Amino acid sequence: MWVEEIETLPRSGLDSIQLKRLQALVHRVYDKVQPYRNKMDQAGIRPDAIRTLADLRKLPFTTKDDLRASYPFGLFATPMDDVIRVHASSGTTGQSTVVGYTASDINLWATVMARCLTMAGVTRGDMVHNAYGYGLFTGGLGAHYGIEALGATVIPVSGGNSRRQVTIMRDFGSTVLLSTPSYALNLADAMADVGITAAELRLRVGIHGAEPWSESMREEVERKLGIKAVDIYGLSEIIGPGVAMECLHTEHGMHILEDNFLPEIIDPDTMEPLPYGEAGELVFTTLTKEAFPLIRYRTKDISRLFLEPCGCGRTLVRMEKVTGRTDDMLIIRGVNVFPSQVEQVLVGIEGVEPHYQIEVTRDGNLDIMAVLVEVSEHIFSDEIKVLENLSRKIQADIKDMLGVTCKVKLVEPRSIQRSEGKAQRVIDKRKL
Amino acid sequence: MRVEQIAVFLENKSGRLAEITRILAENDVNIRALSVADTADFGILRLIVDKVDKAKESLRAGGFTVGKTNVVAVEVPDRSGGLASVLKEINEVGINVEYMYAFVNKSGENAVLIFRFDEMDKAIDVLRDKGFTLLSGAQICAL
Repeated sequence: MWVEEIETLPRSGLDSIQLKRLQALVHRVYDKVQPYRNKMDQAGIRPDAIRTLADLRKLPFTTKDDLRASYPFGLFATPMDDVIRVHASSGTTGQSTVVGYTASDINLWATVMARCLTMAGVTRGDMVHNAYGYGLFTGGLGAHYGIEALGATVIPVSGGNSRRQVTIMRDFGSTVLLSTPSYALNLADAMADVGITAAELRLRVGIHGAEPWSESMREEVERKLGIKAVDIYGLSEIIGPGVAMECLHTEHGMHILEDNFLPEIIDPDTMEPLPYGEAGELVFTTLTKEAFPLIRYRTKDISRLFLEPCGCGRTLVRMEKVTGRTDDMLIIRGVNVFPSQVEQVLVGIEGVEPHYQIEVTRDGNLDIMAVLVEVSEHIFSDEIKVLENLSRKIQADIKDMLGVTCKVKLVEPRSIQRSEGKAQRVIDKRKL
Repeated sequence: MRVEQIAVFLENKSGRLAEITRILAENDVNIRALSVADTADFGILRLIVDKVDKAKESLRAGGFTVGKTNVVAVEVPDRSGGLASVLKEINEVGINVEYMYAFVNKSGENAVLIFRFDEMDKAIDVLRDKGFTLLSGAQICAL
């Protein structure tokens, strides 16, 4: 463990650290950030109203829309002179959001990331292949500084040029791979293309995040790359990668570095906090960040929190692998559909790979869901009826699982865009 | 006697067949026979070529899904009743034709029928017993 005295603290010790930090944070944002002060005044909350951790629920939520409304720097809590770096989201779902870091924030980020890497068994001796994109996206640089803080060797390879990447992995003897899960499968394809087998690599662990992925996808990554694949959680608004991480006891969820990031689960409809073990929207308050603190930020990610002790000895609360997003959820003819459910069906069918896309259109008043599935050599046949049977099986299994009839479209391999960053699983063409 | 055939998955969008034939031409592969089976959403291109492995590898490198299967090539006189004589024997023993296609060779005297049966070994035995001429891949390329 990187900081054992924190990561194994009994609950009461963690609670008192969190409360002290939360109280200081609330005072700070009230004094320094106009939009927070306005919101708290409107809600009639004075900073000194936070006497216990349970008082957290009195504070107003912060949403993506609040971030957009204060674009680019309106929520920064320090003068720009103290901000030494900014990152920004891609803005694919609206205006991009900008986050800032002081020197001490960059330090904090490197530390939490190093703590995460340590959970996956990464040490100074490792050669870490960092295939997260470098740039405005927090993935590449966030992981980079953590790897350096840990003292391992970082290969700042970023995204793209997969064939070259697999050659580098072989030649440099990479032992740890950091990438999105879909890009890890992309690299496995590239290995097959250039004729490199998993046995020729020294890869041991893959650390994959930045997009939701299923257990079956994990198995596929592990099998194809011959590694242990673990999940990392983070989002740029909170800090970037390094918010939560699976230890090597992967069946227990991800440890949240809650001495810095205070989690809650709320019911996304009533916005009331939910008890441990219940599924809802994940909400974070950043306890230690300076430039861009967030209070009760609604992530839209769906998860559950668990307090039961973990085999690794850490007492930090664990979050379940994110299975979907409140805004990822498609409503098809009144039925809630998550892309992860479709993925689960696909990987359950022999030979089918989880390279898929969901296309939703509307014909009159009827929603039409089409699932595009790539035809790999494992499922290809020279006989039409074999492919038509496969198509029908996918359709029937999706109907069984979701209760929705969909159209299955078989497409050529790699015709579904493989992201260097996040895979786009849903194309919603409905004009609602 | 079996002939190796390659099959290529075709998504239903323009230019795919052109791309396949371009790749084969670039790699100096000659197509001896072909057929396209199509549905509303996708198609399967089946090819008999002179260089099977080269064709398969180059198409795969070009991003296509490629499979290799065995088919039976039967040479019959190019006249009325040629195909019927083959199908009569096959039908009598209860073998099904999954698909077939045909071409006429250069001399114009004979036709070559390419078959995929549900029971390939049994079909080959029956056709041999009945005295039909089965061609090898090399023989097709030499026609």
